[in-house]
Amino acid sequence: MTKEFKHIGKATQKFDGKERVSGKAVYGHDLELPGMLYAAILRTRYPCAEILSINTSKAKALEGVECVLTAEDADVHNISYKRDHPILKKGRVNCIRDEIVAVAARSKEIAEEAIRLIEVEYRVKKGVYDPFEALLDTAPIINEFGKGLESFDNKNIAEAFHYEHGDLEAEKARSKVIVKKRYELPRVTHACMATSNITADYSPLTGRLTLWASTQVPFLYLRDMAHALKMAPSNIRVVQPVIGGGFGSKLDMLPFEPICALLAIKTAKPVQLLYSREEEFLASPTRQPMVIDLTTGADEQGKFTFRAVEIIMDNGAYTSWGATTPFVMMQTFSSLYQVPACRFDARAVYTNNPFAGSFRGYGNPQATFALESNIDLMAEALGMDKAEIRLLNANYPGEITGQGLHYNTCGAIPALKAVVEKGRYHAIAHAPKEGRYKRGIGLASMLHVGGGAKIYRSDGCGTTLKLDDYGYLTIITGSNEIGQGSETVLAMIAMEELGIEQDKIKIINTDTDVKPWDVGVHASRTSFVAGNSLLGAISLLKEKLNKKAAELLHIEGPDFVYENGMIRVDAHEIKIDKVVRDIHFMPPHQLCEVSFFYEPSSEFQDKQFKGDVSGSYAFASQAIEVEVDTLTGAVRVLEVHVSQDVGRVLNPLGLQGQIEGGVATGIGYALTEEMIYEDGLLKNPSFHGYKLLTANDMPKVHFYPIETNDGAGPYGAKGASEAPLIPTSAAIANAVANAIGVRFYSLPLTAEKVLFALVQKSVGTPRRCATLSEHAQIEKQKGHGF
Amino acid sequence: MNNWVEITMKLNGKTVSCRVKPSSLLIDLLRDEFKLKGAKPGCLEGECGACAVIIDGNAINSCMYLAINAEGKEVTTIEGLGSDDNLLDAVQEKMLSHGAVQCGFCSTGVAMSIKAYSEKMKALGIKPTREEIKKTLEGHLCRCTGYIKIIDAAEAVFEEGSEM
Repeated sequence: MTKEFKHIGKATQKFDGKERVSGKAVYGHDLELPGMLYAAILRTRYPCAEILSINTSKAKALEGVECVLTAEDADVHNISYKRDHPILKKGRVNCIRDEIVAVAARSKEIAEEAIRLIEVEYRVKKGVYDPFEALLDTAPIINEFGKGLESFDNKNIAEAFHYEHGDLEAEKARSKVIVKKRYELPRVTHACMATSNITADYSPLTGRLTLWASTQVPFLYLRDMAHALKMAPSNIRVVQPVIGGGFGSKLDMLPFEPICALLAIKTAKPVQLLYSREEEFLASPTRQPMVIDLTTGADEQGKFTFRAVEIIMDNGAYTSWGATTPFVMMQTFSSLYQVPACRFDARAVYTNNPFAGSFRGYGNPQATFALESNIDLMAEALGMDKAEIRLLNANYPGEITGQGLHYNTCGAIPALKAVVEKGRYHAIAHAPKEGRYKRGIGLASMLHVGGGAKIYRSDGCGTTLKLDDYGYLTIITGSNEIGQGSETVLAMIAMEELGIEQDKIKIINTDTDVKPWDVGVHASRTSFVAGNSLLGAISLLKEKLNKKAAELLHIEGPDFVYENGMIRVDAHEIKIDKVVRDIHFMPPHQLCEVSFFYEPSSEFQDKQFKGDVSGSYAFASQAIEVEVDTLTGAVRVLEVHVSQDVGRVLNPLGLQGQIEGGVATGIGYALTEEMIYEDGLLKNPSFHGYKLLTANDMPKVHFYPIETNDGAGPYGAKGASEAPLIPTSAAIANAVANAIGVRFYSLPLTAEKVLFALVQKSVGTPRRCATLSEHAQIEKQKGHGF
Repeated sequence: MNNWVEITMKLNGKTVSCRVKPSSLLIDLLRDEFKLKGAKPGCLEGECGACAVIIDGNAINSCMYLAINAEGKEVTTIEGLGSDDNLLDAVQEKMLSHGAVQCGFCSTGVAMSIKAYSEKMKALGIKPTREEIKKTLEGHLCRCTGYIKIIDAAEAVFEEGSEM
């Protein structure tokens, strides 16, 4: 790249930051509409039960209550892509978050009081909380709308995926080492700082429904809402308030949203529903908990030969988009490092646990944890260096993988080399481990989509540009800002290309009645897809401006430079707003407005899940140094070295923020976070019991971007924001194994778990007596391993 | 318990009086009565820090503070930061220039904590270490940034030095 950029690649403050840091930004919790009612939901008391009766008469009689809604009062369709989820439950409840009655009242207090007055009679049933138990012939049908028997030969399978390439048996036969392990991944949740919220308003006069909804996918949401409520989609307008965290939690429309919409329709008044924090833990989606049985092989030289994968996911009682995370996981197993043969099977199984949704990384942290742990084990079995085995098998530019992914650019090797060298991998890995505090270092890499993902009929994004008579540019984009910084990147692109200063740029991106279509903010796609869409629109706008500028300057030639509000070529120049006014006010009188729709070149995968599903692919490696306190079992992360193929750095400040934030979520996944469920009941629905990291827990994060300048991306950029959390837990587990010689096959690595493992390891030569409770735990864990 | 009580406090520099229930929380008084929406209801159980305001110089979770206890106190919310000349306080400016704001839901509470702490330290003529700064930020949860840029921003507030 020879071109010098003025804005691209330069650290740029958040475009919408001032509003957010000053309290000016209006989040869903801050909305108030005239005559607005407040909604509350009665959820089940038991995770699995028949509902014998519901008595709402006392609630209805309470002064200030305007609507009480049960399944009997709601003429609606089931939701979820499997249509297996009634928004209000009747007859039976299937998990602890199940909605039974909703109330709209004149105040929050009255709504809550009304909920307390509702009497529900249950016949409690023994639920099924283990997906393996749910697969048995003797298990009851968990979701009556499930199509498992017809589709997958088992009544409790919600979704299943099968993929393969290569000759698995032949590859197995020529393997020198084969490692077979079972990995167990916990249920964790997004814990967005803003709880789930919606405000709905309906006019019976126009039949129009307006929803202020914190969704990541407004156009799919609108379609799902229309289906649920049996309405015409175009009669629904979705307006996104400022969103206080997404991370995948807002990919599915959840029952509370059509419930609130229905309350607004029934009362013909605005209705607001805000989750409490406890409700957020209980009734917002989670990451997929799963068990991964992974068998991998390598030949004498350490070249990978095959991977065989069987995954059982705990789908919970209903299906969300999260059941499709195997799409992403199979890419990691089939195409992260070169591997001649792969067989992958994943089944999402209904249980009476809450349903799992999608979460930053979309299955990939789970898959990468298993794969990168197995790679360390294979290296150990072969007596090979762990960096060496990864470099030997690393992906390379020009590779077409067994699954049909085309790596036009690939920074896998430079990323690995960067973290091995900068992290002083070999020095730390081979340093003697002595004393109470033992240090170790671990490596892990990852592969993720970097140019969107063609999973819906379109993976595109529309942009409309308006350049006004005063030279101010309005970017109307289909894409969404959820805090990640997309507005900033779009403004930077416009500043770069049109020479318009930031204070003359406005971005409209929150209203489905106004903005052009976009599939949503997920799959690390926004900078790539919305950036390309904006570049396409800018090029159309420039055609108009160039033509008029040439006319006004009486010169030929399209090589205009846009700078400082001017359009210039050589010594000739003219103000951009002057050109706009001439387009507008002089014949043939046109507006300076254009629209463009960008669709990535990616393709749909075939029925065998083969095909080039993304416009480009992102690669990353992490080397993480930890210190284990062998007296307490506490693991402390000291240094995190991240190297990632981001194609090109657009905004270094924003990118670094995505890296650090992703790593923090990854460390939480590795060490502290777990939703503790016992027989379908959540035991830790608060920040007190569910441990997020705090400022004190954060290690140093070093970032080494790899710029491969992929031709498909805006300025060569690739998607970047899920990647930093994907290899983190694997690298930490590998580092702990290096430090204390104990390998863990499940997360999180809590101090208790690490300490028990250390005590078990030292049985025979204990340096101190284990406490009674430790002994009890050891007894309990005997035969189960970790 | 439903007897309303009249309280008077100094809110963002102005003396105000209002009637509150003895059980009312300060966060609800600020958000629902005064329409000051900058204090965010992240958990309403004192864990996340998104609702922090400054009461007589200390950053306090307004969800853990009864409104009646504000009687006679000086309360500053995020809306009270900045001045006519500088619409954003130096703390807010540093948070923006260091990339400490992503979704922003925790940011207003974080800004109030850094503000209270920096005023206190500057009055004492103390420049805290990075470790001490981390300790004071422990009461704030953030799911976006990984905290590093928030800590950087807080550190930068003390780098200014000149206004001590």
